[in-house]
Amino acid sequence: MHFVVCAKQIPDPETPPSAFRIDEANNEVIPAPGISPVLSQFDGMAAEAALRIVEAAGEGKITVISLGQESAQAAIKQVLAMGADEGILLEDDALQGGDSYTTARTLAAAIEKLGDVDAVFCGRQAADWDMGQVGLGLAELLGWPSAIIAKDVQIEDGTMHVQRVLADGFETVALPLPAVVTISNEIGDPRYPKLQQIMRAARKTVNRWSAEELGLDPSTVGDAGARLKLERLFIPELGGDVEIMEGESAEEQAQNLATALREAKVL
Amino acid sequence: MARNILVIGELDGGALSSTTAELVGGASRLADGGQVSVSLLGGGASGQTGAAFAAGADRAFVNDDASYDDFRSDQWVAAAEEAIDQSAPDVILIAQTIVGRDLGPRLAFRRDTAVAMDCVSIEDSGGAFRATRPCYGGNAQATYAFATSPAIATVRAKSQEPLDPPREGASGEVVELSGAGASRAEIVGREAAVAEGLQLQDAPVVVSGGRGLGAPEGFGLVEELAEAIGTDKAAVGSSRAACDLGWYPPSQQVGLTGKVVTPDLYIAIAISGASQHMAGCSGSKTIIAINKDPEANIFKAARYGIVGDYKEVLPPLIEAVKNLD
Repeated sequence: MHFVVCAKQIPDPETPPSAFRIDEANNEVIPAPGISPVLSQFDGMAAEAALRIVEAAGEGKITVISLGQESAQAAIKQVLAMGADEGILLEDDALQGGDSYTTARTLAAAIEKLGDVDAVFCGRQAADWDMGQVGLGLAELLGWPSAIIAKDVQIEDGTMHVQRVLADGFETVALPLPAVVTISNEIGDPRYPKLQQIMRAARKTVNRWSAEELGLDPSTVGDAGARLKLERLFIPELGGDVEIMEGESAEEQAQNLATALREAKVL
Repeated sequence: MARNILVIGELDGGALSSTTAELVGGASRLADGGQVSVSLLGGGASGQTGAAFAAGADRAFVNDDASYDDFRSDQWVAAAEEAIDQSAPDVILIAQTIVGRDLGPRLAFRRDTAVAMDCVSIEDSGGAFRATRPCYGGNAQATYAFATSPAIATVRAKSQEPLDPPREGASGEVVELSGAGASRAEIVGREAAVAEGLQLQDAPVVVSGGRGLGAPEGFGLVEELAEAIGTDKAAVGSSRAACDLGWYPPSQQVGLTGKVVTPDLYIAIAISGASQHMAGCSGSKTIIAINKDPEANIFKAARYGIVGDYKEVLPPLIEAVKNLD
């Protein structure tokens, strides 16, 4: 079995709101000083799901693919340290920028180039743009079935069994391979690599593929190929305009709150 | 600019879902003289065309087949494609539900166009369709224009207003869609995991507790406050931090990866207000924060606040709420 894990490096989503800044002229997030970018948390969970299957089966290869800049090597290395076998960085000026469409198109070209992939594991959404469409886009471009927002994945006799999180419970879906699955946080925390694994990961192969090597026309990928045009990125006004309840005691504050809610016809 | 809009409708217990009515209402304002179509798939769909016309639709594509009651991507994409072929929409709106999260991207890639997910605002500005959505865990919002057509947006519940009053007795065209096709995915099991009684997304009041409660026992007071407000009105939620600590069931998690709730009143107790939590509750009409830390982010989003220890504030608040009537 050959599995692909898609990994994205993103600004740390745990960055406190007070340190979150936007360059409105360029519609970009300004990296918070002293806070390093991280592997998108759901992609770590996708790697965890693939690793559990390989461990249970006692065989299988995992290739981690990242579309990004040179710095995305760190995200690849992290998944290699968790236990993946090889990495591929899709890095090329022509591939930079873009949207969910160009990302899926580029990753799909890499998966087709690998040729023998049985299943692709993605995070439920990248924890920066929160779109949640690359996994489904891959499935559509590759012509494969898919299941999203999984909390458990098993593979048996060429069939993938996915337990999905619904609004009111869980559903198990059976998909013929090859297939795409996206993983949600309900699967649990990804493993933390040991020092020895981190050192071993440093020696694992990371290939680099360009747009040309992927057979992609530069006009269809990166910024040039994007279909969603980001016009404005801004920090929304929370606008609570908070009224703090005064009072000598907690009792008085509580009574004042209940009264204010009644006067505002909120309760 | 007149534009044709297709809403991919959903049924809830056999009736037009409230979010579908909101999207059809939003579509009828955006259409500006264009035609508003809605697709209705599932058992009982034929009986809901009147509700769809009252909500603002001109035409309904219907397949009254119970095999749509469970979402299967392949079947829903095929039905949506048929409705698209017959209505030539400029814009397609889908609710950001378990259906929309899957169907939106599938349909966009199938039709060689683009989708903006989880939009909180859709508008016509200068003759072009634009969609705005939260990103970066709710820290930011992004406004997009579309380079391809049709433009697809999945839309968050309660971000659009239904027609008020509805067009009671309005009629429209009913078009039967052809039979449900095959599905590569087979549903082999289903397990309900719901809290008893009022559901989080339906509740007009949500009372949530966070890590600041200090211990799982703190949820006792949170639940008491919800009960005082009324078991038919208030549901109890939790922050991801409190769920991860095992203090409250994951099904009650409010936030980016939990449930997005839009109640009239959201009471956040001992919740700091991390962006990913606010992404799940910022659409609430009124937010109340009770927190020891006056600098907590939650106060920036709140309309009313009490700076104090929940253990001291909640018991008198519960009494005061009980005495309101």
